[in-house]
Amino acid sequence: MVPDGAYRVGLATVAAVFALLLLAFVTSLVVQARPAFAHFGFGFLTGTKWDPVHGHLGALTFVVGTLETTMIAMVIAVPIGLGTALALAYALPRRLQAPLSMGVELLAAVPSVVYGLWGLLVVAPAVRTVLEPALAKLTGGHEPFGGIQEGIGLLLAGLILSIMVLPTLVAISRDVLIAVPHEQVEGAYALGATRWQVLRRVVVPHARAGLLGATTLATGRALGETIAVTMVIGNTVSFAHSLFAPTATMASVIANEFTEATEPFHLSALVAVAVILLGVAILVNVTARLLVRSVGGRQRVGLGVA
Amino acid sequence: MTLMALDPIIARRIEIHSIAERTVQGRERRASVAVWACRACLIVVLIPLVAILFYVASRGIAAWNWAFFSHLPTPAGIPGGGVSNAIVGSLIIDGVAAAAAVPFGVAGGLFLAESDGPVAGALRFAADVLSGLPSITIGIFAYAVIVKIQGHFSAVSASFALGVLMLPVIMRASETAIRSVPRELLEGGLSLGARRATVARKVVLPAALPGLITGVLLGIARAAGETAPLLFTVIGSQYWNLSPTKPMGALPLVVFQNGIQAYPDLVKTAWGAALFLVVMILVLSVGSRLVAARLRKVRR
Amino acid sequence: MTDPMIKPELAPGVAAEPELVPPPSPMPVMQLRDVSVAFSGRPAVRNVSFDIPENEVTALIGPSGSGKTTLLRSLNRMHDLVRGAEVSGSILLGDIDVYGGSISPTLLRSRVGMVFQRPNPFPTMSIYDNVTSGLRFNGVRRKALLEEAAESALIAAALWDSVKNRMKAHASTLSGGEQQRLCIARALAVEPRVLLMDEPTSSLDPVATKRIEELLGELKDRVSIVIVTHNMQQAMRVSDTCAFLLMGEDRAGELVEYAATTKLFGEPDDPRTADYVNGRFG
Repeated sequence: MVPDGAYRVGLATVAAVFALLLLAFVTSLVVQARPAFAHFGFGFLTGTKWDPVHGHLGALTFVVGTLETTMIAMVIAVPIGLGTALALAYALPRRLQAPLSMGVELLAAVPSVVYGLWGLLVVAPAVRTVLEPALAKLTGGHEPFGGIQEGIGLLLAGLILSIMVLPTLVAISRDVLIAVPHEQVEGAYALGATRWQVLRRVVVPHARAGLLGATTLATGRALGETIAVTMVIGNTVSFAHSLFAPTATMASVIANEFTEATEPFHLSALVAVAVILLGVAILVNVTARLLVRSVGGRQRVGLGVA
Repeated sequence: MTLMALDPIIARRIEIHSIAERTVQGRERRASVAVWACRACLIVVLIPLVAILFYVASRGIAAWNWAFFSHLPTPAGIPGGGVSNAIVGSLIIDGVAAAAAVPFGVAGGLFLAESDGPVAGALRFAADVLSGLPSITIGIFAYAVIVKIQGHFSAVSASFALGVLMLPVIMRASETAIRSVPRELLEGGLSLGARRATVARKVVLPAALPGLITGVLLGIARAAGETAPLLFTVIGSQYWNLSPTKPMGALPLVVFQNGIQAYPDLVKTAWGAALFLVVMILVLSVGSRLVAARLRKVRR
Repeated sequence: MTDPMIKPELAPGVAAEPELVPPPSPMPVMQLRDVSVAFSGRPAVRNVSFDIPENEVTALIGPSGSGKTTLLRSLNRMHDLVRGAEVSGSILLGDIDVYGGSISPTLLRSRVGMVFQRPNPFPTMSIYDNVTSGLRFNGVRRKALLEEAAESALIAAALWDSVKNRMKAHASTLSGGEQQRLCIARALAVEPRVLLMDEPTSSLDPVATKRIEELLGELKDRVSIVIVTHNMQQAMRVSDTCAFLLMGEDRAGELVEYAATTKLFGEPDDPRTADYVNGRFG
């Protein structure tokens, strides 16, 4: 027999431990990153040189790499994801809706290392021999479509990321679209709207906050994705002047160098990169949650991030 | 209204209806093109996803044999190696993580379900945000609080990282499951004079069991596929080790570390490990739904 | 989806069942002949035939489950949006067979408008965009026509004076009654020949209800109205003609009596109608 008081105290303790855990999480990163931030100051963010042996450490290359891969991924994924969610919600026979939706959701569970393996061994050769030559030919090889066609690089990383974020993006968008009140849909039909007009002028605008939330959550996932990007981006510490060139992201440089960091400040600098990544990720996720919550979309658990 | 007043209305009706009639075919054609474009998007999404499963299945099966499951890894070029240590390692790492995160997460879910104040609101929000943060940062957290203090890499530090990853998923799923228990059940128990803890244990948690199981299995499935937090915690190993305080092999690390090698037999092992991982996670994900559906049916 | 059974002997405008047809002139705007609606094979409305006179208010009354709304929604083919719904019989709009294939549901709905139980203005659009949304759906681009139609519809819906200075405001800033009148204006702006109203006041307070009831009398010179109501006083107050439906033995709604409102409430032919209008059942 546990008395009520003790039961409440017990649960409150669990909650307190969880809060402490979060605090410890952020603190432990900041504490380890401090030497690097103290030593390099603001220049850490703007520096482009990353030379642990000679003690020049600037993270701009990785920040840019992360932004570029994320942007490529979202440019590909958002329109396709929205179309897919619309199809799943409003343009399929009912007996296909449920199994296809569930299929897309299950694919969100495929581990990112598997996407990485497939990207490296199956997609990269295809990108090198088919996609990159085609793009170069189409654009006359001008930047950013010039340079050596390696397969591995910025474009492939963005492509794989877009495939990885699509299941999450589609699942949440579909939920948000389905939650649009039926009266709204009927109201538009009753005025003589075609199905596309109903979707474009009424359903999508009605769901816009939730769709933006879904996109933002997916952006958060793309920003922080580590292992798959590490496997396909090439990991060179230099700006990519072409979509075909290798570069590195914040997450990939940490994954690549962390266990080998023995020079002074190197480890601290890597954690400092992680702190920047964490800061951006928290910002993006808070925004996303507020947006998704504002439309009262079904809370999704289990559709995680890598 | 007089007929005079109606005249402009009739004129407008004629104009509007003739516009509607003139444009209706075009509008409907555009609609059908757009709707088909949406369906085409669905196909575009499904192709790579199906392709992944196909490649993992076909190349993975090719790597599976008795040695794959029973032997230790062999150096590149020497045939007959397996990943038995990584399979066992993953089971231990995930098992320890779940053993810690499940009771803690369910208790946390109970707390969230029973409280509506600002503190609970903040924690709920924090759990949601945590579940979206890059897992590699949680790996660094585990490195800082365990590996650094311990002085060497260990399976338990990986379990810690995976446990932190499971936690928000289990907490929020448990909360949802517990909240969906009818209030009358809870109030009925309380009105009989039972203590809250007893009601929670004997009434609420059993009633919420299908949802709890789904949440727990999804949480485990999510963490089991993670690679980034393993990189600087368990780090991987070629040898047998059952002690959680030392480095171990782990399946996701096998996929990563072997997959980026230039040796065909290592790459083959990577596909085999990837298939094992995917099967494990799909079984957990699909299983969680089936178990929950089964339990709900039995209840009725 | 539909299987219109067009009976050759039922040429448009020719009365087949004299006792159900009102005075021959003017020609009815819509004619229902043997209309049945079924959902997944289960009948919800069976063999209903009557005419909807032009420039009048026709009320569909009956207890809940008698198929009033189901019948109403067959008039602008809203059942096309529901899987498993099947409409048979024939419905004519003027001389166009509604289910005959010569008119698409999209085009039909610009001629037969609809107002719903609960106000459903588009919350992401301004008042002006709401009123003109139907016109835009139907391909109207000309700005002068949009503005003229919007003003005329808002005046007709008795909303113009209160919104003319805030056309850019969101529709959600209006009260419930105003939102419903906005929905009426939105439907009117397309200048339909028939306006279907599905219990348009059921979610409104008595004052807002009274405003809308008053509106109906003013609107009928402009558009023929079919209104579903469960409120007999309302039917008596607003309608010229009444159709009384009742759930038959297999739960499908059937037409019991169709007559001028004064007759149906005063001296109904059918004893079941008398029972209902006198409040003895239902």
